[in-house]
Amino acid sequence: MSPAAPPQVQSLTCPNCGASLTVRSMGRAITIVCGHCHSILDAKDPQLRILQRFDAATAAEPPAIPLGSRGKWRGADYEVIGFQVRSMEADGIPYSWREYLLFNPYKGFRYFTEYNGHWNDCSVATALPEAQGISVKYLGKTYKHFQTYTATTTFVLGEFPWRVTVDDAVAVTDYVAPPYLLSSEMSGSETTWTLGEYINGADIWNAFGLPGAAPTPLGVYENQPSRMRASASQIWFVFAGLATAVFVIFTLSQLFSGREEVFREAYSFSPSSTEASFVTPEFELKGRTSSVEVQTDADVTNRWIYLNYALIDEDTGQAYDFGREVSYYTGVDSDGGWQEGSQRDRVVLPSIPPGHYYLRIEPESDASLGIIGYNVTVTRDVPVLGLYLAAIAALLLPALLVSWRVYNFEQMRWAESDHPLVSTGGGE
Amino acid sequence: MSQPAALCPNCGAPILFHWSSSVQTTCPHCKSILIRKDVNLEKVGVVSDLPPDSSPIQIGTSGTYENRAFTVGGRIIYDYDDGSWNEWHIMLNPGGSAWLSDAQSQYAVTFSAQAAPLPALASIHIGDRFTWNKTGFVVTVITEARYRGVEGELPFQYWDKQGATFVDLRSTGGDFATLDYSDSEPVLYTGKMVDFDALRLKNLRAFEGWS
Repeated sequence: MSPAAPPQVQSLTCPNCGASLTVRSMGRAITIVCGHCHSILDAKDPQLRILQRFDAATAAEPPAIPLGSRGKWRGADYEVIGFQVRSMEADGIPYSWREYLLFNPYKGFRYFTEYNGHWNDCSVATALPEAQGISVKYLGKTYKHFQTYTATTTFVLGEFPWRVTVDDAVAVTDYVAPPYLLSSEMSGSETTWTLGEYINGADIWNAFGLPGAAPTPLGVYENQPSRMRASASQIWFVFAGLATAVFVIFTLSQLFSGREEVFREAYSFSPSSTEASFVTPEFELKGRTSSVEVQTDADVTNRWIYLNYALIDEDTGQAYDFGREVSYYTGVDSDGGWQEGSQRDRVVLPSIPPGHYYLRIEPESDASLGIIGYNVTVTRDVPVLGLYLAAIAALLLPALLVSWRVYNFEQMRWAESDHPLVSTGGGE
Repeated sequence: MSQPAALCPNCGAPILFHWSSSVQTTCPHCKSILIRKDVNLEKVGVVSDLPPDSSPIQIGTSGTYENRAFTVGGRIIYDYDDGSWNEWHIMLNPGGSAWLSDAQSQYAVTFSAQAAPLPALASIHIGDRFTWNKTGFVVTVITEARYRGVEGELPFQYWDKQGATFVDLRSTGGDFATLDYSDSEPVLYTGKMVDFDALRLKNLRAFEGWS
């Protein structure tokens, strides 16, 4: 490097109030604002002609990053040299946001914007975005139109490499592809494109050594990335994997399940009989603890039978009680033939230890229905579909939950745009 | 690589040409604008004091553009209503020259380009589209500029200028073009917007308090 140039922080005096002005951008300033009397000065004029004076009381909030603050940002030192507040109006409500102009003599300018604790790191776009319907394409990425509005400058401080006065108004259009934000600003016939990237306030607090903690952002900002969105695709990926595993295990258990029939007998029930219940001969459940299916095939056409079952362990006396109704109805009506129910009923008891068992059966029906014949079949080690379905449902739950949160996040994001997503309130 | 020294016809200081195709230079000692006439130098003017400069680039800065090394040999400075900018004349290795413009630290490298016919200034509006050498451009800015000064070696005679109008154009792919209406015939320059870091510049100006 060549020898250092003379000190670059020039000291000038405000022509209005005589306060000294600090100039930080080394001859690049076009506008300087006196921090004392808020005169906006023409930096190109050796006499610092006063362009405008404004009442600072209307927007006297101090910048969160004071002018002159330096921080390391994206590998280079930057100094805050300018601050402005701009505002827009939507549905009659004014919204203001703040912009911090940053300067590095080699890399030039960039700026941070802040609204409700949401920050963006912005710099001039290097290529020309091209319109694609309502969206724009910029360097291969599609940005969706978010909103078009008029931005009006309400407060300025420090220096700027462009002309700025209070009440300047430009037409702004925002396009989003989170975490990026592409904005066009139109003043006169010239359009300037700026690319912003959503950043965390905490990173700025860190980089610029600001006291305290960055305020927590409120709501969802237009280009705020949804952290849930990444987890949503991950969680669905995991869900797909686990669901496949469950399916494979189910298929294998189907293939390898014993399906061992241990008992089969035919009975008939006469509703008029006085015998309330009876027990079957004993049968053995061998091997490991497994599922047991009890199948009832009843000769019921336009009739019903209800069976109170108990599967009883002869050795321990433990009983598994369950009741099954078998009914089947069929007929013809104005819509054609119909049927309801089935002559076959199956029930699976999921986990029965091996041992000697018998069934106690207590049938019921209506006396008018006559004698009903039925078969009872007991099979051990059958695959239990319901368990697998329950497993899938349990896996599905977190995935649905995350997707729902992503959906809500997008609802909140687009609610602030010119294109709110269709929601419960009112509609278009 | 430097050409044999000649002497400044005004003050007698030795004048070195770093680039054989340079047509014009300035005397670093007395700021005379010197034109090459065969082996002699002719003084055609003098550079008035240049405005306080903010560019980190200076004569002698070197860098790389698309894998070609370059050295900054000279510049033209322009003023306009909203500031000033530099067109740095860069000499490329192995030969040829181009322009590195620094406007508010937005950098572009452009080469003189042939395309015909070029539009008349009066017929151009922001948003107009042109295609040159298969690249589609859109007019983004029209700048009424004032010639502010020159420094160092230039590939053509450029002094005693007044106003000049520049039409800047951009493409969707980061291409940049300028139509220069300083003379009666427009001149086209095409190239790319470039990132400061990508230029890998060395021998930059030092700014106190900055590194």
